[in-house]
Amino acid sequence: MDTWLRHFVPFSVTLTLLLLTAIPTRFSGFAGITPMLPLMGVYYWAIYRPDLLPAWAAFALGLLHDIVSGSPLGVNALVLLMVQGVTVSQRRFFLAKTFMVAWWSFALLAGAALGLSWLLVGVIRHHASDPAPVMFEYLATLGLFPLLTWTLARTQMAFLKDV
Amino acid sequence: MRGKLSGAVGRLATLRLVAHRFAFLSLVAAAFLLMILGKADILLIERTRVMVVDGLAPILDVMARPASAVAEIVEHVRELAALRAENARLKAENLRLQHWETVARRMQNENAVLHEQLNFVPDPDPAFITARVIGDLDSALGQSMLLNAGARDGVRKGQAVLSGETLVGYIVDVGDRSSRLLLLTDINAHLPVMVESSRTRAILSGDNKDRPKLSYVAGSPNIQVGDRVVTSSSGAAFPPGLPVGVVASVTDGTARIEPYVHRYDLDYVAVVDYGLGGILPFTDKPPPPPPSRRRGGAEN
Repeated sequence: MDTWLRHFVPFSVTLTLLLLTAIPTRFSGFAGITPMLPLMGVYYWAIYRPDLLPAWAAFALGLLHDIVSGSPLGVNALVLLMVQGVTVSQRRFFLAKTFMVAWWSFALLAGAALGLSWLLVGVIRHHASDPAPVMFEYLATLGLFPLLTWTLARTQMAFLKDV
Repeated sequence: MRGKLSGAVGRLATLRLVAHRFAFLSLVAAAFLLMILGKADILLIERTRVMVVDGLAPILDVMARPASAVAEIVEHVRELAALRAENARLKAENLRLQHWETVARRMQNENAVLHEQLNFVPDPDPAFITARVIGDLDSALGQSMLLNAGARDGVRKGQAVLSGETLVGYIVDVGDRSSRLLLLTDINAHLPVMVESSRTRAILSGDNKDRPKLSYVAGSPNIQVGDRVVTSSSGAAFPPGLPVGVVASVTDGTARIEPYVHRYDLDYVAVVDYGLGGILPFTDKPPPPPPSRRRGGAEN
């Protein structure tokens, strides 16, 4: 029972990250910038515990993101699924590398992911939206990566050390 | 024997890999299918969507509360820092407003007399619900928010959403205890408005930028920067005269409007039922018939 609960941690942590991004922030300077926290969650767990956050879980989280945000259904589901798939396929490369490499790879992957969602939303709505907020979102996401990775690593050590 | 076993294990591994690939590809296909189905506005998908949001609403509500408190503290600190400048500004504004108060009182008296002479039927006070913003996600690619009031509180599709006296958007999805507010800046938001000074009619169209633009401008417009833009009665969606914003720029014949209220200002909003059809006539339940004929409808 305990193990089962612990195995649920990666999914629930990533779900919490998703809900955190949905909190309305009322700071004028940060309006329009929501870092893609669930993206980082999916990336982290795809490297360290892909068994506990499989492809379907990434898909489900993305779908939930679409539903809560009101963006076209399937967009974030596809984006998170792709991030999970690509990361798992390159897992061996990531595991032995330093943090800087992980950060750099995340920068590439997150760029591709945000670009893909921008493109898909544009195609579905027949309107290319302003790329500037997406760029800021990307930079905010990159900036938060070390902090979030540290938190996730702490969580993994606390709950999933032996299971 | 050993070779046979490892062969079996190998085959099993290959089989698992194939199954894994197949599952992944089906999920990709499912995502694309959802995009196509979502585009077709299928009722079942809409219902499911609203239901899931409804289920999450209490969690989002609880999570939004501390965030709201933090934002308040930050706001207080910021206000303290700018106290002197703010005070000077308010003094100047107060002087200006005192002048306006005199003008307004004179107008009010005149208006009362005219009302009496014309046997004018006043607009009834609309019913409203106060709701809190509990969800705001994906602001880079869309401009909508979740509110913590839904059908059980009397929210209906198409109702106007006001912050103070200012129109900020309208309701597009209604769950049982949550609803989605579409801001005027969203790509899907279109609203009949008019420029107050010249009474030029136009459609306010959002394009996910901070400042929505005026399209389908009627007649030969003479739109100036600083003109007030208010709702018009065209389409009988909202009552005329609700303030929306001011013209911020006119470039190449396209006017852009600076809304009076920005999305980051929104905490509590009023969902108002004017009894008119609303901007989205395709409600699940027809809105209650207006209790009496009003100016907004009569003008058309």
